[in-house]
Amino acid sequence: MANKTASKTAGTNKSFIDRMGGQKFIVLIIVIAMFIFFSAMSPQFRKYTTVVSILDYSYYIALMAIGVTFPLLTAGVDLSIGTGLICYSLIGGYLIVHQGWPVAAGMLVTVLLGVAFGVINGCLVALMDLPAFLATLCTCMITRGFGAMVVGGYGIPWPTAAAPGGWFRSIFKIQIGGQNIPIGFLWIILLVIVMSFVLNHTKMGRYTRAIGSNKEATKLSGVNVKFYHVMAYVICGLFAGLAAIAYSAIFATVQPGSGAGFELDAIGGAIVGGTSMTGAVGSITGTLIGVFVICLLKTGLPFIGLTANWQQIITGFVLIAAVLFDILKRKREAGK
Amino acid sequence: MGEVILTMKGIDKSFPGVHALDHVDLEVKKGEVHALMGENGAGKSTLMKVLTGIYKKDSGTITYEGKEVEFHNTREAQDAGIVIVHQELNMLGHLTVAQNIFIGREFKKGIRIDDKKMNEEARKLFDRMHIDIDPRETMSKLTVGKQQMCEIAKAISHQAKVIVFDEPSAALTEAEIEELFKIIRDLRDQGLGIIYISHRMDEIKVITDRVTVMRDGAYVGTLITEESTKDDIINMMVGRVIYEDPKTKNMTPPGSPVVLKVEHLNAGKMVQDVSFELHKGEVLGFSGLMGAGRTETMRALFGADPIDSGDIYVNGQKVVIRSPQDAVKYGIGYLSEDRKRYGIVVQKTVAENTTMADLDEFSNGPFINKKKEKEVAEKFVESLATKTPSVDQLVVNLSGGNQQKVVIAKWLTKNCDILIFDEPTRGIDVGAKNEIYKLMNQLAAEGKAIIMVSSEMTEILRMSDRIVVMCEGKKTGELDISEATQENIMNMATREIS
Repeated sequence: MANKTASKTAGTNKSFIDRMGGQKFIVLIIVIAMFIFFSAMSPQFRKYTTVVSILDYSYYIALMAIGVTFPLLTAGVDLSIGTGLICYSLIGGYLIVHQGWPVAAGMLVTVLLGVAFGVINGCLVALMDLPAFLATLCTCMITRGFGAMVVGGYGIPWPTAAAPGGWFRSIFKIQIGGQNIPIGFLWIILLVIVMSFVLNHTKMGRYTRAIGSNKEATKLSGVNVKFYHVMAYVICGLFAGLAAIAYSAIFATVQPGSGAGFELDAIGGAIVGGTSMTGAVGSITGTLIGVFVICLLKTGLPFIGLTANWQQIITGFVLIAAVLFDILKRKREAGK
Repeated sequence: MGEVILTMKGIDKSFPGVHALDHVDLEVKKGEVHALMGENGAGKSTLMKVLTGIYKKDSGTITYEGKEVEFHNTREAQDAGIVIVHQELNMLGHLTVAQNIFIGREFKKGIRIDDKKMNEEARKLFDRMHIDIDPRETMSKLTVGKQQMCEIAKAISHQAKVIVFDEPSAALTEAEIEELFKIIRDLRDQGLGIIYISHRMDEIKVITDRVTVMRDGAYVGTLITEESTKDDIINMMVGRVIYEDPKTKNMTPPGSPVVLKVEHLNAGKMVQDVSFELHKGEVLGFSGLMGAGRTETMRALFGADPIDSGDIYVNGQKVVIRSPQDAVKYGIGYLSEDRKRYGIVVQKTVAENTTMADLDEFSNGPFINKKKEKEVAEKFVESLATKTPSVDQLVVNLSGGNQQKVVIAKWLTKNCDILIFDEPTRGIDVGAKNEIYKLMNQLAAEGKAIIMVSSEMTEILRMSDRIVVMCEGKKTGELDISEATQENIMNMATREIS
């Protein structure tokens, strides 16, 4: 009898917050609170142009974060996405600007480079059993050197919006009646929906989580663990490639040697959004919300007079809080 | 019982240095629950791993449903209908029950996984088993018993014809075991062949139809459960009479003081109300089957795991031990059963390992006195007869027996008067075993007090002055060596606890 009552209440004893998506829901409220706070503190922040610039800033971080959620769910990580993004963007831009390639072809190369490095990371981690942290730290260094080497150390300006071939910048932002419309956000929402479907309703997503939950048990169940483990990194690489496009479209010039630290914004976003460093737990929507926490900190803090150094410090504390929250939650569940 | 579904004949398997299976036979019929019994290390799990293709047999035949078969991995065995329900559950805690049951063979609608259908199918399985579990519940939220039901459901969904239960009741409560037995009887009545591995004698009597006993990797015999007694089975399990000169009387000097007294120690599930005394110059053996809670008791005593309640007295003084540092302070040294993980640092030298627990003693301020370190290490190499070219040799290059001596030296430099040896001769060859035994007796004669946890009956009988027997976290008996026999120890170690 005890069993019956237990399973009946299982569906109903969740708290309101849990039913609304748990950590995600709390973080969404924090995002809104932050927005209200910054708006109240600074009249400058309330302007439409600020909103557009926050969104501009969010695209490449959001795309990286969606991608890196997959390795994180396998209890791995990809540290190469930041320098990788710059590397792919440099090489794609170099082909367009210095080799006269059509913009579309350069963009394709940019994305494919991301996929290629995803395959390399995946093979190192899933087939050769290198720790993900180490493997992707190495490819992080490789991509940084490789990108700078190909372009010869100079910054690459992708075509401006007015120049021939500048159409690609309107993927993310169009002008109507002198007003900037941040349509890139629509693409992000679309990709979040698609990748949420992949994560929750396809084998790819199911096995990504399963690997992060218990890799050995997944293997014993007859799942081709190696393939799906590699694919988690390929997805991450693909999104790093897409992030490279977004970065090239928003910023005027891509500088060799930059990009280190971008990955931390993306991984930080995913963690704040409820993805667990120990694998299996997390969601794409959570990641997107988490990214906005990071972006609001980065763009909002200067408006209330806090310098870049403060941003770093505060972002660090926010990440500690997010990870502590995750640990406490797991301890509480384990204690039950 | 129906016709024979599975026959393993003359199965032989060797690992480097170990003859793990020596021409073992096993026969399972449809509609029977067949117990596989034996002491720790008798080869039961190895035999099941050969059956399901995890290990490749050296010789012998496996006949299944009238055809000779050889599986290369668990997947092939599964597809043929032979499934193991593991002792340690193979579950994905973050996924739902239904997702776990159908992992690797999900139902699909296009590229979309059809979770609705999987939930329905899982519910049908549970209905068939007459149990009530919500297929949508997250696996980690279920009790261990329920998780095991899910494993069984998964096995059934593979159209299993033979199910192996590897110590299924180890982590279950009384009520959960009842439910498990009901399901096993159901499966048996449906004509499945069940292999049931367990240490619990009372369960064997309740649930099984026949018993096959193994000992030291060899087949001993098969009995019909109904026609045999608990003593018959125990005799077959321990049968060997090759004692290596067992102690026949307590060698502790009469009237020697109690150096360690433990009263009503509780620590988690595995240590429940354990009390004992240890005298100066005594070797106190801790016997029991795997999972009896012996190591857990020692870890709690040593401060490695938290203590829930209970009192510890060292030399008559009540002490509080919260960490291994505390234990060492009171002169307690612990030699772990897992030497490589907890005992030594293999990539360091003999000298460095010897002084590790007491580096302050060998340091001037922050600097290590290498000369003194070397002198002390050399002294112990000599007194313990450790075979090493020099004290600068890396420990990784030493044999198991000599590594163990380095660990002993480590605790002796610390002047520990109470030494806990947890499986002191595991992974050590016979010759070296004798040396370790000699050393332990010598230490006891010098006035050290020794606790020896051992799963080897011969070791317990050879070394101990007194013996504490544990079963499922509780102390089930205490014997002087003069009254101890393999049979009465095994009786205590398998004692049913209600």
